Amino acid sequence: MADLRINFAGIKSPNPFWLASAPPTNSGAQIHKAFEAGWGGAVWKTIGAPVLNVSNRYGAWHYGGQKMLAINNVELISDRPLEVNLQEIRDVKRNWPDRAVIVSAMVESNPEAWREIILKIEDTGADGIELNYGCPHGMSERGMGSAVGQVPEYCQQITRWVMDVAKIPVIVKLTPNVASVVPPARAAIAAGANALSLINTINSIVAVDLDTLEITPNIGGKGGHGGYAGPAVKPIALNMLSSLGTDEIVRNSGLPISGMGGISTWKDAAEFLLLGASSLQVCTAVMHYGYRIIEDLCDGLSNWMDSKGFRTIDEVVGKSLHRISDFNDFDLSFRAVARIDTDKCIKCNLCYIACNDTAHQCIDLVDAGGNLVQPYAYDVRSNGKNEALSSRPQPQVREEDCVGCRLCYNVCPVEDCIEMVEVPSGRAPVTWRQLTQTRTEVTTDWEAMKAYREEVGIEIH
Amino acid sequence: MQVIRPEEVLREYYPPLTDHEALVEANRCLYCYDAPCTHACPTHIDIPKFIKKIATENPVGSARTILEANLMGATCARVCPVQELCEGACVLNAEEKPIMIGRLQRYATDYVYERGIDVFKAGPPTGKKVAVVGAGPAGLTCAGELAKLGHSVTVFERRSLPGGLSTYGIIVLREPVGVALAEVEMVKRLGVEVKTELELGRNLSFEELRAQYDAVFLGVGLGAVPALGIPGEELIVDGLGYIEASKMDPQKLEVGREVVVIGAGNTAVDCATVAKRLGAERVTMVYRRTEAEMTAYPHEYAFAKNEGIEFRFLTQPVEVLSENGQVKGLRCVRMELGAPDASGRPAPLPVPGSEFVLPADQVVKAIGQEKPSLARLLGLETEKGYIKVNEHLETSLPGVYAGGDCVRARGSASTVMAVEDGKLAAFAIHRRLAPSVGMAADD
Repeated sequence: MADLRINFAGIKSPNPFWLASAPPTNSGAQIHKAFEAGWGGAVWKTIGAPVLNVSNRYGAWHYGGQKMLAINNVELISDRPLEVNLQEIRDVKRNWPDRAVIVSAMVESNPEAWREIILKIEDTGADGIELNYGCPHGMSERGMGSAVGQVPEYCQQITRWVMDVAKIPVIVKLTPNVASVVPPARAAIAAGANALSLINTINSIVAVDLDTLEITPNIGGKGGHGGYAGPAVKPIALNMLSSLGTDEIVRNSGLPISGMGGISTWKDAAEFLLLGASSLQVCTAVMHYGYRIIEDLCDGLSNWMDSKGFRTIDEVVGKSLHRISDFNDFDLSFRAVARIDTDKCIKCNLCYIACNDTAHQCIDLVDAGGNLVQPYAYDVRSNGKNEALSSRPQPQVREEDCVGCRLCYNVCPVEDCIEMVEVPSGRAPVTWRQLTQTRTEVTTDWEAMKAYREEVGIEIH
Repeated sequence: MQVIRPEEVLREYYPPLTDHEALVEANRCLYCYDAPCTHACPTHIDIPKFIKKIATENPVGSARTILEANLMGATCARVCPVQELCEGACVLNAEEKPIMIGRLQRYATDYVYERGIDVFKAGPPTGKKVAVVGAGPAGLTCAGELAKLGHSVTVFERRSLPGGLSTYGIIVLREPVGVALAEVEMVKRLGVEVKTELELGRNLSFEELRAQYDAVFLGVGLGAVPALGIPGEELIVDGLGYIEASKMDPQKLEVGREVVVIGAGNTAVDCATVAKRLGAERVTMVYRRTEAEMTAYPHEYAFAKNEGIEFRFLTQPVEVLSENGQVKGLRCVRMELGAPDASGRPAPLPVPGSEFVLPADQVVKAIGQEKPSLARLLGLETEKGYIKVNEHLETSLPGVYAGGDCVRARGSASTVMAVEDGKLAAFAIHRRLAPSVGMAADD
């Protein structure tokens, strides 16, 4: 059994899974229930400035018969009285000393307001504070949330006010609604923050109602941008997480990062860990299925760690970060081609049409004798399952023409049917960076490029 | 005593898919390219396309995609042997279960019929007139396709209701009458005139049709159930009539307590099902060959067994026993399989001294239909007794086309094959007529 315990900037929890600051952590009663289910920690729904909420506050994006691939919301920070929240935080922490209880906070941008809230939170016995610089709706219009997170100077200033007061660990939560999360992260580091977390929700309009032409969700005839989260945002979150892990200043700061953004399964969790997160926050998946998913999150992660020989979470964290590179340093001589396992192939021809319409036209249909056939070539009088199946052609990759784009691999509905096989290109490894440095003309002039291709034997169809 | 309500026991077997069921099932479809289901469908409906349209919540477009290839799509959704056609060819058979193509097709076509939505309109008038004889699936399809192309079409039907076997010959469990009649109405709204109770050789002149119309299509189906040639045959109930009564006036259909059905095709299964559901205590199907040779589809056979219908294979009826005109039993002889006969199947041979009596108070026969007698009457060349047609569905008389069961010299007769014939014949007729009205003939 892998050891799932973490120590995140001094905040300890029995597993890396925390409920993110959101509706699932709105009250003490909810968090009691979540801890009973096995959650390692919870980031209390943001407390701070007074707010009022509206109805129809959650929209969702559904696709292909799957519900809620993403959620969008215009819910604000906690609308419960501050004193009630503080009392319940105190109560939860007293009952669950082994769990991480972190309190998210957001107040007006002045040092007094921040000082006051920090002191109140610390008085509850909470383990840490998360500064909500991410909320993209409602609060941002009042100069809070992402209005802070989007401007590194504000981020640094407010974090400084907090760090001047705080005695417990402070996590700065970053907004994804920026060109790069690195500058706000560096600002938080410069101000002395103890940890970072990301991502908060992404600005979004989730849908338009085609019957009424109203915005979805319809809030009294109006709608507006809301925060987007859930499985659909995971790749965006992973990219932002890795951009922190590969930034020299962030990396050298040694600040731990709490990762979130679409974590729904233990596999998602493992990917966040591998790209540098050392605690994990979950919201949408819980809003879809309830607290009970914690069991599989822990069980699946533990089983995977056992199978890979990882004994602790620390051994996993950042394990794939060194592979994050960029186009400049990719080996231009690396070559892979698609290969179809004809025993597994069910002849749906999705690879064929994807390749021929939108990729590089290197998948053919061949008959049992290996002869090229065109689609829809059967006689109009031919019918019945036996004729349809016995005459059905087989998609086959023309490997010499395959650029290895991997589109067919992605569309194939059968597990392990299409394999990307690495093949020797016969060319010495070279990167674009090297070409730019050593053969500048090749990277700026098409004639030189043509000569270079002929020289090394690169043929473009 | 339990009261049997025909409208309950005979009502359509499969309930309609709910919107949610249809959406989930449609989303399971892989959207294959040049899909095998489309190849396997005799009318080559673009099945992945119509299913994708269900998935995108475009049911009207879905119905249009279906009906473009198969004007009788609502009937075919119900009566097609999908296990042998589209669903049998589904690539998901390899991994899980095939897509419920038939039921999705029903979902889309029911959507437009229930709401009175017409997906086609008549083409600009060409001034050409076509006569269609027989308002079954082949004739209605031919008429509808020609009307879409702008030709003026009149359909002549010998029965009082149009629809052919869809109306009269398929049990309500599989297709309610209303479905067939809705398709008739759709064809009529394309401008097709349907005249009923007119029959060639009785009160309709073939020569007049040929003289008054620019082309003629014959979709006349097949004849009556043939005679067995056994003593007491006059007491045997005709299977097609049995099914017709179950649809048109089930209250009046007399069903025995112990019913024997002679034959093992799909119509025989339907007769047995009707008998069982309308209260027969025991229904036995007798067939002179074995289950390997029976012409009912495997899924029909399984359905029948599930209904509690019994089977006596290698059994040949030799005499209907009766007292005072009331059937008392069916004398049969056991058979064994010998060398292959003309059909290529092992010939059943009587086992001497093996006669026995099956108790019965009603005997129904469903042993196929006689070849179309019209062929000779109209002076048409025949092939194995069926009307002979060339690859364009044209008969030996120029301008006279035929399709459906009456030309089915090869392959097995089915609604969907009849629809394809009607469609191809319409295109051939259009190609024949189009040049003279200055239209492009490419369809």
